Amino acid sequence: MAHLNPTPVLEPGQDRTMILNMGPQHPSTHGVLRVLLEIDGETVVRMMPDIGFLHTGIEKTCEAKFYQQVVPLTDRIDYLCPMTNNLCYVLAVEKLLGLEIPPKAQWLRVLLNELTRINSHLVWLGTHAMDIGALTVFLYCFREREEVLNLFEMVSGQRMMTSYFRVGGIALEPPLGFFDRVRNFAGYFPSKIDEYENLLTGNPIWTMRTKGVARMTAEDAIALGASGPTLRGSGVDFDLRRDIPYSSYEKFQFKVPVSQEGDVFARYMCRVQELRESTVIVRQALDGMPEGPIKADAPGIVLPDREKMKTQMEALIYHFKIITEGFAVPPGEVYQAVESPRGEMGYYVVSDGTAKPYRVHMRAACLANLQTLPKMCEGRLLADVVAAIGSIDIVLGEIDR
Amino acid sequence: MPLVPAINDLEQLKNHPAVARLLGWNADAVTGAKFDRDEMTIYVDQGCIREACLTLKEDPGCPFNFLSDITCVDWYPGEPRFEVIYHLLSIPQKERVRLKVRLNSDNPVVESLTPVWPGANYFEREIFDLFGVRFAGHPYLRRILMPEDWEGHPLRKDYPVEGYR
Repeated sequence: MAHLNPTPVLEPGQDRTMILNMGPQHPSTHGVLRVLLEIDGETVVRMMPDIGFLHTGIEKTCEAKFYQQVVPLTDRIDYLCPMTNNLCYVLAVEKLLGLEIPPKAQWLRVLLNELTRINSHLVWLGTHAMDIGALTVFLYCFREREEVLNLFEMVSGQRMMTSYFRVGGIALEPPLGFFDRVRNFAGYFPSKIDEYENLLTGNPIWTMRTKGVARMTAEDAIALGASGPTLRGSGVDFDLRRDIPYSSYEKFQFKVPVSQEGDVFARYMCRVQELRESTVIVRQALDGMPEGPIKADAPGIVLPDREKMKTQMEALIYHFKIITEGFAVPPGEVYQAVESPRGEMGYYVVSDGTAKPYRVHMRAACLANLQTLPKMCEGRLLADVVAAIGSIDIVLGEIDR
Repeated sequence: MPLVPAINDLEQLKNHPAVARLLGWNADAVTGAKFDRDEMTIYVDQGCIREACLTLKEDPGCPFNFLSDITCVDWYPGEPRFEVIYHLLSIPQKERVRLKVRLNSDNPVVESLTPVWPGANYFEREIFDLFGVRFAGHPYLRRILMPEDWEGHPLRKDYPVEGYR
């Protein structure tokens, strides 16, 4: 158990420096990140993240499951944005199968994905502000997050591990009153964002702790594989929702917030603006929600309705076969990427023609974003490390998988 | 979108910008190509992957400047056993391309991409950790997810799902 008794992988380079171990049990590492720091006084000379404490072998587990059984596993990777992971996986499998998804299912997926983004950004904002010392924001953010989680509970019966999307559509029709409740939330949420901004954006303590801190240039961000708000905070205007659209995102009008400075404040502004844009997308999705079925017409792949199973022999047989044998997927490979709240979430699925995936690989946005941390922190003060970790919004479940 | 048959013929695909660029640079390095489900795959010779990536990165027309992902697939017991897969993205042109290198099981070594993209670091460490594929020229090739003293490489197909008991 090498991790329980860690030997320092960093050795002090000079007489005046020392090695400081931060984490894995540290409140500001957002999970179980361990960081080794070589410090000279209060200045960070070198920095090395150490990960793997949450490794559960999800990629290996996926190879032993049927395609539809993988969906609940994807929730557990990035537990703050379950719907985004569900979406990315089902899109990859649908691309392998060549399935056509009805418009209503696509719009519902977009609606729920933007709610997920709001949920995830609220947790980020609350914890990031708390790391820097603004405790109140945390309570405000979790007040609104509660309503988003209630909405998730309404559609899927679960607050966090939703598993609501299925290969070929979504699991169930949303219950009565769901859309009204979402509309109500989208109505008052922008005023709540104003509240957060009143507390932080102009706050002199906040700006002193974030402006000019942990800078990263656009070239460095691209070279290190950063994506999402971490990339856009450095001035690269790239968003997969707009530039390589999926699940009918091309039908929505929204702005992609970009900041040029590349510091903690720039990344903060990007995410706060994204909260507003997500609300805009939610409203558009509600206004233009098409009518029609929520599942693709593919009897051997999509589970039949419960009512049909009581009257139709065919439906009963298909149900039995899908549950016991799964469904075969034509051989091939697919890489599907979506814009998760943290960046490019990609699923690479390889099929060998059987009912179980030959290989499922998740491209974790956080894993690449974490590599930017030494670039941001080396040569800066120790206290800024906490601000930098918060600003790249890492989720260790996604990094370690 | 109903499935259309994959195109495996390099002759038919030579007009695709990434294929054309690589063929123009070194035709021997490209051992095959596949266009399937709107995704372009190019098979690259084992010794040329770093230069091939550099060539695509510095393409003036369609620069594949962003390394999305590196991963690996184990085709045990077949040979060549390992496929290392690189997903490149062109941020200006919004294009993707997939490069593949095939490796035999007796000595799975491939050049590291860290001199081209420093971001390849963690991806390559992860593949080394979980598949046992080594990357020549990597600055710090050690286990990243599993404990240091772990035996075996868990994502290999001859490694049981429940682990060794």
